[in-house]
Amino acid sequence: MLDISKIRKQFPILSTKVNGENLVYFDNGATTQKPQSVITAESNYYQNENSNVHRGVHFLSGLATDKFEETRITIQNFIGAKHSHEIIFTKGTTDSINIVASGYRTLLNKGDEIIISELEHHSNIVPWQMCCEQSGATLKVIPLLDNGSLDMIAFENFLSENTKLVSVSHISNTLGTINPIEKIIEKAQAVGAKVMIDGAQAAAHISLNMQSLGADFYCFSAHKLYGPTGVGILYGKEDVLNELPPYQGGGEMIKEVSFKKTTYACLPHKFEAGTPNIAGVVAFKSAIDFITELGLSNIAKYEEELLQYATEEVLKIEGLKIYGTAKNKSGIISFNINELHPYDIGMIVDKMGIAIRTGHHCTQPIMERFNIPGTARISLAVYNTKEEIDICISALKKAKMMLS
Amino acid sequence: MSTIQKIQAEIVEDFGMFDDWMQKYEYLIDLGNELAPIKEQYKTEDNLIKGCQSRVWLHAEHTQGKIIFTADSDAIMTKGIVAILINVLSNQAPKDIATAKLDFINEIGLKDQLSPTRANGLVSMIKKMKLYAIAFNN
Repeated sequence: MLDISKIRKQFPILSTKVNGENLVYFDNGATTQKPQSVITAESNYYQNENSNVHRGVHFLSGLATDKFEETRITIQNFIGAKHSHEIIFTKGTTDSINIVASGYRTLLNKGDEIIISELEHHSNIVPWQMCCEQSGATLKVIPLLDNGSLDMIAFENFLSENTKLVSVSHISNTLGTINPIEKIIEKAQAVGAKVMIDGAQAAAHISLNMQSLGADFYCFSAHKLYGPTGVGILYGKEDVLNELPPYQGGGEMIKEVSFKKTTYACLPHKFEAGTPNIAGVVAFKSAIDFITELGLSNIAKYEEELLQYATEEVLKIEGLKIYGTAKNKSGIISFNINELHPYDIGMIVDKMGIAIRTGHHCTQPIMERFNIPGTARISLAVYNTKEEIDICISALKKAKMMLS
Repeated sequence: MSTIQKIQAEIVEDFGMFDDWMQKYEYLIDLGNELAPIKEQYKTEDNLIKGCQSRVWLHAEHTQGKIIFTADSDAIMTKGIVAILINVLSNQAPKDIATAKLDFINEIGLKDQLSPTRANGLVSMIKKMKLYAIAFNN
């Protein structure tokens, strides 16, 4: 069993007061808070280890490179990848998706099809629209069922030999739905399509194994799993990454440069042009270590318990409706209370120290699907408690009273 | 003291009576509920200011040397602030609107509500009110 009060002590920001109240941080879907180990790793890098990676012959450059590559291996183990060079460091999930979508602009032609879903974050919609615009490929969208799960029959009907790529999220950032990605991967690969999974909301909550999952691409951001902002990864199977054209040109990503012809470096450097966010990558390892020490299965079990409690309790508020009631759900609760605007609710509970997200959560198609302007969203992390849920519920009741 | 400044001073005085955020928010909610409705025909796409968080509709009419603003928002707290802005800037001469300094926003502690990061449409609303004033002034 996890000792939550001990875990909370590792997060300095959790003792913040907001408007004189204890901070209740329920916006973990947007970004999680950082444990002291991550904060220390980032500042320690600049204090003691700073140098550019893969370039110098001197002591510090070697040290920085070792630290940088250590994170790559840690992530390889964390997600069960076959090779460490299948892990590309990026700026985050959005960057990772853009790398793949940009590469596919030249790999796809008219008549080819890309499948995404109605519940995607804009980051997993817009890059593919851009890709289709430039390649002539067609975008198909798996519709949502009323409970916020994917219409898998429609998905299977979309699949054909024209399907070249399927890109869906592992977990919906708005609805919390855990998508049946194993089945999606199996069915899509059966028609010869490649599959990309946006794991932004999953990596801190579900244990991953790329080799058994078989996804061609998988990506996530460090900042949603207790790590620093501005860093993420793109995992790709070795052969698939080798086929993908490079995204940006520059230093580090080349083998040889001449004005006649430039050849590209091997994986992973082919996709890592320019000086990366070294401090962020180094601190990313501390975030993974934090999760690994707690154990992802312990985290998942505790968050499941919190989700169940929070769901039961919010539903006691009369007029509250939850959007996203799929059977298989992660710790995200999107809701509205009667006709009240989520922005009003968010503003009032903020005054009581509670951080929830309001709005369309960068998923406007979901809002359109349910015909709502937005939702209020509670998203949970391992340091949250049932007491915090109780505080939030009473704040929501107060907001409802003020606004009704 | 110009009319706009006088109205601002009154608003600052009103807000000075509140002891805590709850009273202030309840007052904003009341103001939002009391805002004279915008005519349905003016709630058009053209008059819509899309914020990430809430939406604002603004209509302007130039009559007898003054601009009459009517507005609405889908969020009541935003609508309360909309009501205050209408109170200050509507029914004034274009020149006065264009040159008005809205110092009261800081003084009543709503600065954060009117910052671009809030994305509630209010910053764009003020900008649009000023643009109307400049356009009607010419």
